[in-house]
Amino acid sequence: MNAIRVLTIDQVKAGDALPELAYDVTATTVVLGALASRDWRPMHHDKDFAQHRNGVRDIFLNTPNQAAWFERYVTDWTGPYGRLGRMQFRMKDSVFPGDRMVFRGEVTKVTTDAGGCGWVELAVRVMVGDKVCTECNARVAVPTAAGDNPWARRDERWQPEA
Amino acid sequence: MSETDAALPAEVQGWIGQKRYEQEGEFDVERGYVWTTCASVENGNPLFWDEKAAQEITGGPIAPPTMISVWFRPHAYAPNRAGTAQPLQVHFDCKEKLGLPEAVMTDNTITFREPVRPGDRLRTWQVLRSVSPLKTTKLGTGRFWVIDVEYVNQKGESVGTETYTGFGYKREAK
Repeated sequence: MNAIRVLTIDQVKAGDALPELAYDVTATTVVLGALASRDWRPMHHDKDFAQHRNGVRDIFLNTPNQAAWFERYVTDWTGPYGRLGRMQFRMKDSVFPGDRMVFRGEVTKVTTDAGGCGWVELAVRVMVGDKVCTECNARVAVPTAAGDNPWARRDERWQPEA
Repeated sequence: MSETDAALPAEVQGWIGQKRYEQEGEFDVERGYVWTTCASVENGNPLFWDEKAAQEITGGPIAPPTMISVWFRPHAYAPNRAGTAQPLQVHFDCKEKLGLPEAVMTDNTITFREPVRPGDRLRTWQVLRSVSPLKTTKLGTGRFWVIDVEYVNQKGESVGTETYTGFGYKREAK
C-alpha cells in the first residue's frame, strides 16, 4: 500500500481553500460519466437530441456523475479516511464538451459532535470560466487525531444529518 | 414568486408520508461498476483500488457513497418488461396528477449512512414529504414538492437517503 494522505481535524480551519482541480471536458467525459451512472437518457450521449429536443448546444454532464466528481474532489483533499456524511447540490447551468471545468472549495465550518466525530463543512462549486454551473455543500468527517477512523462509526456515533 | 391557495387533490394529499414503489435492485452491488465510475472521474481513492487499504480503513471494499442511486437505475432493456421503468416515479406521478407537464429538480441532498459494499443487494422506496401551494416563478405557475428516496441494505440497515425538491409547472401562455 502506498503512503496515504490522512487529514486530521486539527489541520483544518474555517476559511481554508481546497486546491483547485481543473479538467478539460470532452464528449468521452460526458458519455463515460453517463454510462458509469447507468443514465441512458439521450441528452447525455446524443448531440442531435440535446440540440433539437433540449435546446442546448451539446450533450452535457449528468447530475449523478457530477456527484461522483464532487466526491473525488473532496476525498482527494481529505484522503481515504475522509467519510462523506451529506452532500447538497444546486444545479445552475450545464457543463459541455469543450468546457474547462474548475472545482473550487472552501471550509465553512469545523466542529466535533457529541459523539466525538470531527466534521468539516465545505462550500464547493464547479465553474466554467466565470459561470458557476453547480454548487455543492458537503459535510465530511475526518479523523480527530491519529488512530481515529470515521469509517468505524455506526449508529448513534455516526450522525451525518446535523 | 407569488403564492395562490388552491386545494391539493385528495389523492396527492394521501400520498404524503406514504412509503411507495418499494423495490429491490435488479443486481448485486459489484466492483465493475465501481471501477467504471472511478475511472469516469479519475478517482484514485485507495479505498476502491487497494485491497489492503480497504481492509484497514473500511473493513473491506466499499462502493463510492455517491453511487447510491446507480444501483437502481433500470437496464435500458429487460426481457418481458412492458414499458420503461421510471426512477423517481413519485415525481412523475405528481406531474401527472397535478396537471403540471413541465418539471425541474431544484435541489438534491444525499445523506450517507452505512457503507455500501460489493455483494450487497439494496432496497429502495420513495416518500412524498410535502407539496407547496401554487406558486408563480419565472418558469411558470406550479407547485414545489419534496421527495425522499430511502435506501437500505439486505440487513435492513439504512445506507442513505436522497431528498429531491422538484418544481412542476405550466408555462405561461405568450
